[in-house]
Amino acid sequence: MNYELIGISVLWLFLYGYLIVASVDFGAGFFAYYARVTKKDHIINQLISRYLSPVWEVTNVFFVFFFVGLVGFFPDAAYYYGQSLLVPGSIAIVLIAIRGSFYAFESYGSKDNAFYMFLYGATGLLIPASLSTALTISEGGFIEETGNGVQLLFGKLLSSPYSWSVVFLALVSVLYISAMFLTYYAHRAGDKPALELVRKYALFWSSPTIIASLTTFIALSQQNMEHFERALDLWWVFGISVGFFMVAVFLVYQGKYYGWAFISVMFQFFFAFFGYGASHLPYILKPYITITSAVTNETMAISLIIAFLAGLCLLVPSLILLMRMFLFDADYVKGNK
Amino acid sequence: MFELDGAMISRLLTSMTLLFHAIFATLGVGVPVLVSVSELIGIKKKDPHYTLLARRWTRGYTITVAVGVVTGTAIGLQLSLIWPSFMQLAGNVIALPLFMETFAFFFEAIFLGIYLYTWDRFKNPIYHWLLSIPVVIGGTLSAFFITTVNSFMNQPQGFELENGTVTSIDPLAAMFNPATPTKVFHVISSSYLTAAAVLGTIAAISILFKKGSAYHKKALKLTVSLTFIFAIMTAVAGDLSAKFLAEYQPEKLAAGEWHFDTEEGADLIVFGTLDENNEVQNAIRIPNALSFLAHGDFNAEVEGLEETPEDERPPLWIHYMFDLMVSIGFYTLGISMLFLVFWKVKKWNEHNKLILTGLALAGPLSMLAVEFGWIYAEVGRQPWIMRGFMTVTEAATTSPHIGAMFILFFALYVVLGTGCVVVLRKMFKNNPAEIELEHRFPQVAATKEDDNS
Ligand code: HDD
Ligand code: HEM
Ligand code: HEM
Repeated sequence: MNYELIGISVLWLFLYGYLIVASVDFGAGFFAYYARVTKKDHIINQLISRYLSPVWEVTNVFFVFFFVGLVGFFPDAAYYYGQSLLVPGSIAIVLIAIRGSFYAFESYGSKDNAFYMFLYGATGLLIPASLSTALTISEGGFIEETGNGVQLLFGKLLSSPYSWSVVFLALVSVLYISAMFLTYYAHRAGDKPALELVRKYALFWSSPTIIASLTTFIALSQQNMEHFERALDLWWVFGISVGFFMVAVFLVYQGKYYGWAFISVMFQFFFAFFGYGASHLPYILKPYITITSAVTNETMAISLIIAFLAGLCLLVPSLILLMRMFLFDADYVKGNK
Repeated sequence: MFELDGAMISRLLTSMTLLFHAIFATLGVGVPVLVSVSELIGIKKKDPHYTLLARRWTRGYTITVAVGVVTGTAIGLQLSLIWPSFMQLAGNVIALPLFMETFAFFFEAIFLGIYLYTWDRFKNPIYHWLLSIPVVIGGTLSAFFITTVNSFMNQPQGFELENGTVTSIDPLAAMFNPATPTKVFHVISSSYLTAAAVLGTIAAISILFKKGSAYHKKALKLTVSLTFIFAIMTAVAGDLSAKFLAEYQPEKLAAGEWHFDTEEGADLIVFGTLDENNEVQNAIRIPNALSFLAHGDFNAEVEGLEETPEDERPPLWIHYMFDLMVSIGFYTLGISMLFLVFWKVKKWNEHNKLILTGLALAGPLSMLAVEFGWIYAEVGRQPWIMRGFMTVTEAATTSPHIGAMFILFFALYVVLGTGCVVVLRKMFKNNPAEIELEHRFPQVAATKEDDNS
């Protein structure tokens, strides 16, 4: 295999990791706020904060890892994305900054501050919306290169149905993934009332997820026919994804095997995400950069891969330790520690 | 000279982000060291005061880390958003330490999470202390990696540039460039120093205004002793940095010292002003000291600014940045030594108002020294972003929206800064150490009546 494929696969894997852990986090913020507004916060907020407290920073690092790695493996991407994403990127940074810091302020400092919780809930929806513009512009047609460098065409971006369908998909997926995870977590904690509530959320958000996926697919054919056709060639990958979706919803509907249900959700998104990614290639940003044109030199690619492997040897055991101590430590989850 | 074009706003935005981040980053690197030391002393001496100290510091630390993480994320993204051409070129050569830095963060973040929530989980407290080691290592390693990137911008090497494309790349040579050893040493030692001094400030203020208990006095002794040690390290590292500059980046040293003509036995100019002919006025001159600072020999020749082409000279106002940094360095060294002397001489009272006030100032001043130091180092590199290869003007984004982004981020930092201060105050005001001590360690609190040590 060549370096650019290894590089993009590793990065894509990290973005996928971010997609899952960040969705859980973003959605949980929204649900926590929603529960407060509907006066149900006593049921689930304890649960949410027990999970979130130890892991929010780790979530953020997944993201940092992705973009630092992208610049490392594909320096040209830094130029094109950097130039064109100044505004949406800065907005995303501001939202992430507000979310992360106010989460810490709320949970270590002034508990149950309604305004902080509102910020936490609202940014949970706005961040995925602003980050999704990066994926949208990668389809091409939203930026132009002039003598004065690369510029983003805001008018086009804001009036494109494809762009809005991606935003919509991002939002509902966040809520769906998060609700599915919380269902599993509530079940582990043996918290019946919370389980009932989040299970309802999970079922509620499942159908919009599949509808949004379909609309995005159709809008893609308007935006980037080539990509759409490559995606059709990979129909079986998306088929597997839909299969896992059905398994997940069925299990939650039946009210059993919540763990397997969440694993199915992870597979559902794994296949959809890699199907999307694979059909996106060879372009990283159409039509300016492809993985072969943008890839860094061989020496750097090799050293990055070595650093990556060495880093994994350090991180995987530490992550396992973290999970055993919090996520899978039944006493902790139940609130006895 | 001071035109508000896109490149200038880009510089200002980067400076603002970095200087804001530097506050939290410095504490992020330094505080874990103090926490770890204090927890260990608490275990060894079986003294719950030190354990509580470590515990309360950690709690404040969670807030500053949070702001450090989010502003760091901002820098990481802004590097590409604001300096796209620079990242395109430099990414080819220096991506390795940037990439490894994220691993260091990851490592630190994971263990910080575990450390925070496991204070009472272990029968043997030494296991909990062990968890602080990876946090210390992670923080210091990330400072190391990011500083190598900054060193590379000052001393780019490990590649060749042929018609705009880079070839013959050697990532390790780029990372371990001549600027790396002194820079890393100075950045890490000054971070430790600043953290110790800031925590010392808190202890000193508690004693000054609230007649602090034995708990606060122990906190003061510990932090000031460490301040003293780290201040020596920082001064040594700073001296080595100056020697590095004299050899590899003479224009930065010359601009910082207002040393215009190459000469032997050069004087060190402290403060002062420049008149319209660039003649130094009102300055204190220390004979031959610049030669010593630059080469360790009072008669050595020091290269002057005249040797640098006019359009490649850094601005001369960085002189003040350098002088302020060094003055603060000697101040922290002096005041911490004074305290230690008064403490060791039994007859003298080390808790007299003057010394306590001096120590209370040391924390904020050290933080300022970090900021001055960075401004000196970064503006002293002007006009280059990658010395000798690319100027800041070539590197900056050409997006017309950069001005609006400056305002956006300014607002963000105001909000974050205020939030941070408000929350920290609330956290400790509503929960004074005495009450927490009684609550957590009732047996000690019962015998708390001051031992006056
Ligand atoms: C508590 C903070 C602090 C203190 C007391 C000092 N410094 Fe410093 N200094 C820094 C914090 C700092 C810094 C923020 O860490 C810098 C900015 C860039 C760097 O590498 O370190 C720095 C840079 C810096 C540089 C430029 C290095 C370069 O650009 O490569 C020199 C020559 C010195 N320092 C010299 C000194 C001397 C002779 C000091 C005498 C005691 C001193 N510093 C005290
Ligand atoms: C990855 C490493 C770094 C990069 C790419 C970088 C890049 C830059 C750039 C492009 C500028 C604007 C040019 C200028 O005005 O001088 C700048 C300025 C500055 N940087 Fe760095 N920097 C790095 C490391 C650091 C670090 C670690 C700090 C300290 C926390 C720092 C502190 C500053 C300061 C204080 C300025 C302001 C200079 C001014 O006022 O113009 N830099 N940096
Ligand atoms: C004196 C210089 C600097 C030091 C000592 C420093 C150190 C730190 C520390 C301690 C943190 C908190 C990380 C954690 O606890 O998880 C942090 C966050 C971060 N810093 Fe800085 N930093 C410096 C400058 C820079 C620069 C110039 C960059 C740009 C490349 C940068 C990028 C980041 C990023 C991306 C994060 C967030 C990582 C995360 O999400 O955990 N830092 N930095």
